[in-house]
Amino acid sequence: MNKRSSLLQKFVAAPYIVWSVLFIVVPLVMVVYYTFTDSNAKFTLDNIYTLLEPDYVSIFVRSVAYSFIATVVCLIIAFPLAYFISQSKPTTQKTAMMLIMLPMWTNLIIRTFSLSNIIADEGVINSLLQSIGLQIHMIDSPFAVILGMVYNYLPFMALPIYTVISKLDKNVVEAAQDLGCNKFMVITKIIMPLSKSGIISGITMVFVPAISTFYISQKLGGTNSRLIGEEIEAAFMSSGDKNFGSAISLVLMILIMLSIAVMNKFSDDEEDGGMIL
Amino acid sequence: MKRFIPFVLSLLFLATSALCGCGEVEEMEIEYAEGTLNFDYSELSGTEVKVYNWGNYISDGADGTIDVNEEFEKLTGIKVIYDNYDSNESLYAKLASGGADYDVVIPSDYMIGRLISEGYLEEINFSNIPNYEFIDQAYKNTQYDPENRYSVPYNVGKVGIIYNTYMVEGTPTSWSLMWDENYKGKILNFNNSRDAFAIAQFYNGIDINTTDKAELDKAFDSLVEQKQILQSYVMDEVFNKMESGEAAIAPYYAGDFFTMYGNNEDLAFYYPEEGTNVFIDAACVLKGAKNKKAAELYINFLMDPAIAQANAEYIYYASPNTEVIKNEDYLAFLEELHPDAYDILYGDVDNPKDDSFIDLPAETKSYMTEKWTQLGATSTEESGNDIVYGICIVLLALIMFWFAFSTVRKKTRERMYD
Amino acid sequence: MKHLSRIYISLIFLLLYAPIIVMVIFSFNSSESLSVFEGFSLKNYQEVFRNSEVIGAFKNTLILAVATAAISGILGTAAAVGISRMRARYIRRSVLSVTNIPMMNPDIVTGVSLMLLFVSAGTIIGLETTLSFWTLLIAHVTFSLPYVILSVLPKIKQMDKHLTEAAMDLGCTPLSAFFKVELPCIMPGVVSGMLMAFTLSLDDFLISYFVTGSGFQTLPIYIYSAVKRGVRPSLYAANTIIVLAVLVLLILINFVGDKDDKPKARKEK
Repeated sequence: MNKRSSLLQKFVAAPYIVWSVLFIVVPLVMVVYYTFTDSNAKFTLDNIYTLLEPDYVSIFVRSVAYSFIATVVCLIIAFPLAYFISQSKPTTQKTAMMLIMLPMWTNLIIRTFSLSNIIADEGVINSLLQSIGLQIHMIDSPFAVILGMVYNYLPFMALPIYTVISKLDKNVVEAAQDLGCNKFMVITKIIMPLSKSGIISGITMVFVPAISTFYISQKLGGTNSRLIGEEIEAAFMSSGDKNFGSAISLVLMILIMLSIAVMNKFSDDEEDGGMIL
Repeated sequence: MKRFIPFVLSLLFLATSALCGCGEVEEMEIEYAEGTLNFDYSELSGTEVKVYNWGNYISDGADGTIDVNEEFEKLTGIKVIYDNYDSNESLYAKLASGGADYDVVIPSDYMIGRLISEGYLEEINFSNIPNYEFIDQAYKNTQYDPENRYSVPYNVGKVGIIYNTYMVEGTPTSWSLMWDENYKGKILNFNNSRDAFAIAQFYNGIDINTTDKAELDKAFDSLVEQKQILQSYVMDEVFNKMESGEAAIAPYYAGDFFTMYGNNEDLAFYYPEEGTNVFIDAACVLKGAKNKKAAELYINFLMDPAIAQANAEYIYYASPNTEVIKNEDYLAFLEELHPDAYDILYGDVDNPKDDSFIDLPAETKSYMTEKWTQLGATSTEESGNDIVYGICIVLLALIMFWFAFSTVRKKTRERMYD
Repeated sequence: MKHLSRIYISLIFLLLYAPIIVMVIFSFNSSESLSVFEGFSLKNYQEVFRNSEVIGAFKNTLILAVATAAISGILGTAAAVGISRMRARYIRRSVLSVTNIPMMNPDIVTGVSLMLLFVSAGTIIGLETTLSFWTLLIAHVTFSLPYVILSVLPKIKQMDKHLTEAAMDLGCTPLSAFFKVELPCIMPGVVSGMLMAFTLSLDDFLISYFVTGSGFQTLPIYIYSAVKRGVRPSLYAANTIIVLAVLVLLILINFVGDKDDKPKARKEK
């Protein structure tokens, strides 16, 4: 019986494996190919050398810094959120998670545009503040970009953490309480370590789109927040330089993989969320 | 939960059927020119023509206007498949990728030049476009298409400066307004290298099609200087920022000024005396177009005075169509739009310093891109990026500390159990 | 604690919904402005219903999102089940690593790399037009699959393996054991994965931008090119309609879901 089931199960994953080779692996090989060739399909390292110039390095550093902070803020906000929701009634849980996903159904462009209306100098918040004689400049700054990232990608952090917490064995929590843990200790000693897989998925799901965004920084960032996503977009769409665009993409991918590898190094159990590198 | 997909499907069905029901508007009688009616469309009826145009760049039936594509389908029986792009460059990227098979595209002057030289365009059979006679001579025999073989002008216009009369003192006349430190934090500029450089080039009296690196460097220095007092590089955000009074000064296209003026009457517009960028967007047929005749008939339809007028009244850009400019309804429309609308769009105070873009050599293009990246990479002093980096370092330190701490504690505990 | 959690959740929801609320309010604005509210009017909604381009794009977007959710739901669940049963560690590791790629890849890279693939494959096969609805669908399924797999895998892990064994001992074939025992257990993961796929597909702009062919324009692509001449309140109206429709849908699902749950709960007791 075991043999039969394993045969069946191997077959089950086969379509996906074919799919992923065709549409994930092969396209990446093409990106690598374009990176190391010029427009005449001759081998070159020029694309990589250009990326080592200080301008590109500083844009890379900036992108990493913004998305790192956005990810940390998302985690700090989303963990208590997911925990609190998991503690409420089942129907409330369902509704709350649906409501967290709902904003994702509006278009990113429209959402970001609307956010910029709120934090603008003449926007909703400032016109409210003006009635008590205050004004805060928020838009066109790095903080506006980070706020935009947090706002847009928070659901991606909350969802996986909630999924894991809601499935935790309640008996473990009760046992900890019986052994003298207070609520705070239950959270830090039991729930947090056990929801590590969700946290790691969440971090990836926030960090990756944040580091490669170009729309949010364009809309909210003013003059000083040009990010690497904008460079890639410009390379492909404005200057039409596929080879250089591929090179930026490749370096960005390597950067992201390194970050995730480092993260996985720190979180010692390697296989929990299926996040392996 | 299994019912999720049927739900979506039924919702989709309900929504679409509801939408189609609402979509019907009362019939509108359009008087076409002879050049539009004198065709036997029946042979092409049932075929389709694929059109690729700028976003929001055709009268689409909103607010009781004429739906141009629908009227074309009604008249000819040719189905219009209509998609949008957002910039000349992304149009080029799409064509170069070889993935798209459009019949009609409407790029701007310099991009038409590039498409012609790279062999993307098909020569137009002008016997299918009798309405071409309405096009103003001034827009024929252009630099990009000297023999009028590939393109038919659709819209024309110039870049000017829009400013808020409440916030800006006096009546400015020069590009130097965009370098005026009194308006620090209230100035916008284009978020694309070609347009942004052109402004700095006009400001410095440099040819906008220069290939000289020293001249480009000079323009670049001006842009760096300007960055210190700039609020943001924008494209579409310009509308909201100018309408709300968030920004005081911005360069943009003349036609779009009227849209902003409609929402904020404090705004005013002028063409800087140092000259400005003139553009022509023209309809072209792509090489290998599957339905070439239908494509030409579509272009002919766009050139019909009634249709051109509908587009001019919808887009607000200047029309190259002489019949439109003579039309009294249109003139009345302009009068209502803005007291100076006619002068702004068609005023014949042509500045000899005005210039159009020409496709630049690849080397110049990449140099400009490089400089543009450099401009984006630099941070001004008050950018707040330093604070961001500071926070990053603190956060990293905290995380490292926490990991070190928990590792040490774990080790100690393990030793205890041993 | 109870109050604290309520306040906290409400605050976060305020952050998440503030832009949506602003969007809804200004969709009723009688003027074209998005910063000054001048009066209530429904004209933006009329404009949406009259604009055949918006309606067409909206239809395309929905068709694509539903198809993406369905295909990636089935393919992803099967893949997750298969992966969780793989014995050889290195195969499992490499499959999972490949799975992670679309998530770690910036969308723009995924889009461009797929476009390169489609175009060159098209030239090899000799097709005249390579980009179409199908390439768009393939791309959307490709970037949605990891999300489905990663939300199903933890569920499989958390599931009691003995349940399946017990079912098979009691005479179930592996197939029926899967459908009767395992699938209901991992269903929440499948559904949240499919929801994710639906959402991602609905919202995706960049990847679509590169792989879409002529004649199949989705709403995000339409919006991106339309806002070049300013975001118009009618786009706010279109998005408000979408949000309301989804809200109604979610409430319905919740309502129906509750009815389904109750008898089950009783049985468990």
